[in-house]
Amino acid sequence: MLLITCPWCGPRDEIEFHCGGEANIERPDKPDQLTDQEWADYLFMRANPKGRYAERWVHSAGCRRWFNVIRDTRTHRILAIYRPDEQAPDVAGPSS
Amino acid sequence: MKRFSFWSVARNALSSHQHWPRQWRSPNPKPAYDVIIIGGGGHGLATAYYLAKEHGITNVAVLEKGWLGGGNTARNTTIVRSNYLWDESAALYEHSLKLWEGLSKDINYNVMFSQRGVMNLCHTLGDVRASRRRSEANRLNGVDSEWLGPSDIKRICPVLNLSPKLRYPVMGATFQPRGGVARHDAVAWGFARAADARGVDIIQNCEVTGLRRDGGRIVGVDTTRGAIDAKKVGIVTAGHSSVLASMAGVRLPIQSHPLQALVSEPIKPVLNTVIMSSAIHVYLSQSDKGELVIGAGADSYNSYAQRGSFHVIEEQMAALCELFPTFGRLRMLRSWGGIVDICPDASPIIGKMPVDGLYLNGGWGTGGFKATPGSGWVFAWTIAKDAPHPINAPFSLDRFSTGALIAEHGAAAVAH
Repeated sequence: MLLITCPWCGPRDEIEFHCGGEANIERPDKPDQLTDQEWADYLFMRANPKGRYAERWVHSAGCRRWFNVIRDTRTHRILAIYRPDEQAPDVAGPSS
Repeated sequence: MKRFSFWSVARNALSSHQHWPRQWRSPNPKPAYDVIIIGGGGHGLATAYYLAKEHGITNVAVLEKGWLGGGNTARNTTIVRSNYLWDESAALYEHSLKLWEGLSKDINYNVMFSQRGVMNLCHTLGDVRASRRRSEANRLNGVDSEWLGPSDIKRICPVLNLSPKLRYPVMGATFQPRGGVARHDAVAWGFARAADARGVDIIQNCEVTGLRRDGGRIVGVDTTRGAIDAKKVGIVTAGHSSVLASMAGVRLPIQSHPLQALVSEPIKPVLNTVIMSSAIHVYLSQSDKGELVIGAGADSYNSYAQRGSFHVIEEQMAALCELFPTFGRLRMLRSWGGIVDICPDASPIIGKMPVDGLYLNGGWGTGGFKATPGSGWVFAWTIAKDAPHPINAPFSLDRFSTGALIAEHGAAAVAH
């Protein structure tokens, strides 16, 4: 089980949270001009690295706010946690 | 290959089974092959076998980074069924089930395929409606499926708690009598032995570290045992599909998650079918050794660590104790996790990749074991003819841009 430090509530058990998948997926600026391939990229294609991964979590059973986590998918070790309005910290370790 | 038969077993019994030959060779890699299959699990070995058997392509290597069937092939809960909703899936999984029915004879290896039936329980009205619809869809596609009321369930599985006082009472079930279980290790070993007998090189402890390209075409692989040339390369690496595809610059809609399972201490025969409940989430069968083999839901986060979180197992045990109060005092012997590659529509990707000569068979998510022979069969066809078979044509990568998704979250039966 992961111990996740909510930026607002502090360290809590993983069962209080939900994982929201890859972070920093931007909604396209001009959706009416997208090709089918570009829509597929936005909707379905995701990074799936073996190593450092930026993902979103929500504190469902707590403050219900979203935040970002950088976690190593080989070890589950959490390398950084930051709020959506903060810049991603520079964390060491291979990206994949 | 020395064939297994009643006589060969009897003859070897006379010499205390000391003179059986090795079941497959352990060759050094050749400098070049016509086809390289990356991944020595059930699907990869089945692909190699059907390449040799159905298409006469025997200059084939299967490269495995660890040992045969050491990944998800040996980590699943061994359930085989074909009761999927959509026509495309029914065709794929039913093709596989038909191959299962003749597999032990075909590869001269007892995979202990036991058609003891698979029962999918329904606990809510929505559950009942979706399941009955799926059951009727199955019958239209020639897949055996029956609707069972609580009294029918009681007859088949008396140990199941059918009390209406349950938090989620059992309101009925769909039943596929031809479904069942198979011994997963034997599937890998049997395909390996049969493929080796037809000339396929099975190379273990050989990890692929890169895919070599010349222009837009694949020309070989880099491995921990040196570079090997190949005209065609098939990726069959389950949880690591994205990692291998990224070596060729291909992005996939796949996320890798842990999926956990566990086994109990062995007990006397008590469960003669496979019971699955997607709503309160537990699925189990009893192995021939007497252990209960119990599967859980997938963990929510991405991982390559082959382990998951404890609360997932806790929830699954709660569901087990609710449905089978008599199992409440069983001890669990061990638990483990495998890494499953999940597609957004819970259906696999089997087909050509944007790089010429590169093929992928992955994204099976939480339920690939049941498809092992059929998956190998259609993938061998795809590689041999450089075009998909009609059965796997709908399972192409470009369905994510055409929008022709094959949504099987309901039939996949594992929450994710």
